[in-house]
Amino acid sequence: MSSTPASTLPGPAGEGDGRPGPIHAVPVRRPAVWVSVVITTIVVLMVADVLVTNKNIHWPFVFQAMIQSPVIRGLLLGTLLGTVGSMALGVVLGITLGVMRLSDNWVLRWVSWVYVWFFRAIPRYVLLSTMGVLGYLWPKGLEVGVPFLHQVAGWFGGELDPYITTVNANHLFVGLLGGILGLGLSEGAYMAEIARAGILSVDQGQHEAAHALGMSKSTTMRRIVLPQAMRVIVPPTGNEAVGMLKDTSLLVALPVTAEMFYQLSAIGNREFEPFAISVAAILWYLILGSVFMAVQAWLERRYGRGFGSRTATEWGAAARVLGRLNAGAR
Amino acid sequence: MSTPSLVHAVNVHKSFGRNEVLKGIDLDVSSGEVVCLLGPSGSGKTTFLRCINQLEKIDGGRIWVDGELAGYVEKNGRLYTLPDKAIAAQRREIGMVFQRFNLFPHKTALENVTEAPTKVKGQSRAEATKRAHELLERVGLAERADHYPAQLSGGQQQRVAIARALAMDPKLMLFDEPTSALDPELVGEVLRVMRELADAGMTMIVVTHEVAFARDVADRVVFMDGGVVVEEGPAAQVIRNPEHERTRAFLSRIRSQEEQHEVPGA
Repeated sequence: MSSTPASTLPGPAGEGDGRPGPIHAVPVRRPAVWVSVVITTIVVLMVADVLVTNKNIHWPFVFQAMIQSPVIRGLLLGTLLGTVGSMALGVVLGITLGVMRLSDNWVLRWVSWVYVWFFRAIPRYVLLSTMGVLGYLWPKGLEVGVPFLHQVAGWFGGELDPYITTVNANHLFVGLLGGILGLGLSEGAYMAEIARAGILSVDQGQHEAAHALGMSKSTTMRRIVLPQAMRVIVPPTGNEAVGMLKDTSLLVALPVTAEMFYQLSAIGNREFEPFAISVAAILWYLILGSVFMAVQAWLERRYGRGFGSRTATEWGAAARVLGRLNAGAR
Repeated sequence: MSTPSLVHAVNVHKSFGRNEVLKGIDLDVSSGEVVCLLGPSGSGKTTFLRCINQLEKIDGGRIWVDGELAGYVEKNGRLYTLPDKAIAAQRREIGMVFQRFNLFPHKTALENVTEAPTKVKGQSRAEATKRAHELLERVGLAERADHYPAQLSGGQQQRVAIARALAMDPKLMLFDEPTSALDPELVGEVLRVMRELADAGMTMIVVTHEVAFARDVADRVVFMDGGVVVEEGPAAQVIRNPEHERTRAFLSRIRSQEEQHEVPGA
């Protein structure tokens, strides 16, 4: 580190045109940064040592397992389609429930509250296994019609067919469709709270300005409030999406077998490679999680328009730190 | 009365909880008239303004705007509350400018102005855009059409807000302390736009602390205090020769504040 020559310091007034030159000052020393660099390097090297030299991990097996066709099929269907489908259902349900919760209509407020209370209490694993056996209730198919009409007609000695249509319950509740339904219903309860927080974050003056222009409540919500609420809704929704990505591994409860972790486990059990398949699953979840984060960053920029949005990325922070280290080392 | 009033308010009462803010306000505003509401903070002027376009619901009395009873319909001697859609329709006739601008931050200046005409009135995008450019030109912001509110100064934001309200072709414009949130050097540009609007014949009700603006632009000044109208009359008369002690006290307080601004450190 070079010392600063005194001549570059701005002199007293009257020198030259009076405009001081750029400041050349010695930066504050940051010993803590160097200590953490050393400790972090040691830890990283220890982990790398295990990953590279430990012969029990069987890396070739890990990579082969990752690209087996049942694994890829499970990845595309159960893991990815499951996440996207249930999140889509969850977001739509959640925003609807969030708007209902803030409605003037007390029935809608109550329905929203009960929904959240019910689905937030049930563990997803339990919900999915319940859905798997829901078909037992309707062995002949799920009949959709007027509730209790059959019984009421019976009291008056009549015969009425109350059913409008019949759905095969085993088709509806089992398989990937049932899984998406179950996870989506559960997600709706969490998204409802996120959407409510987002809507409440929008200034009351925005509602007033829209109403003063003659907009109806629904137009105000759709055009003015929700787009601004999205800025607050997107980050936690990204969190929920990554959470959902991992929770698709619960689909086995239904059971859905076209799912990545289930397929990897099957290979691991068959080949006695329990650790290698865990590494394979972790690698896949890391890759998919990174993709989700990129989508989230894009969405945050999209909905941050007009707010001078700052998208916090670890890469940005890392680049700043490296820049500072470089400056310090000069 | 020879000309029918555009705004006809009779014995308007409003309370927030136990706090009675309006204790029987009567006011008539004719078409083309500019009326300034003056008065100390908490006198109820802003609340009364918000009652006119039903951002607040009144507890007693009646307000008619352009001959239509605000918020209710009277049939066979009974009042029926209007549904939200009908209230929204009544508000379309009234433009409002807020103290804190309340521009839509996720939309550009142009989009702020075109939003209501396209989504409420069903104007075509091209038509609304053309008109929005004219209005932004009129408030002196033609070059700022593509800026977001956060990229505009307070005075510019308030002028966009005026253009946004005008885009609905209102019969009446309400201004709620439109310059109170502005830096002193930005007040003039907003007042200039408002003066032009008044000269063009717009009916305006302005809640303000700008006594000079009231004196020069308003046809009539209404002085409120404690939820009642203390005194009203032609602007020059009320401001130069107030009859009421409370009006005199308020005006002299405002003047001494203004003098302090003009002679710093004096």
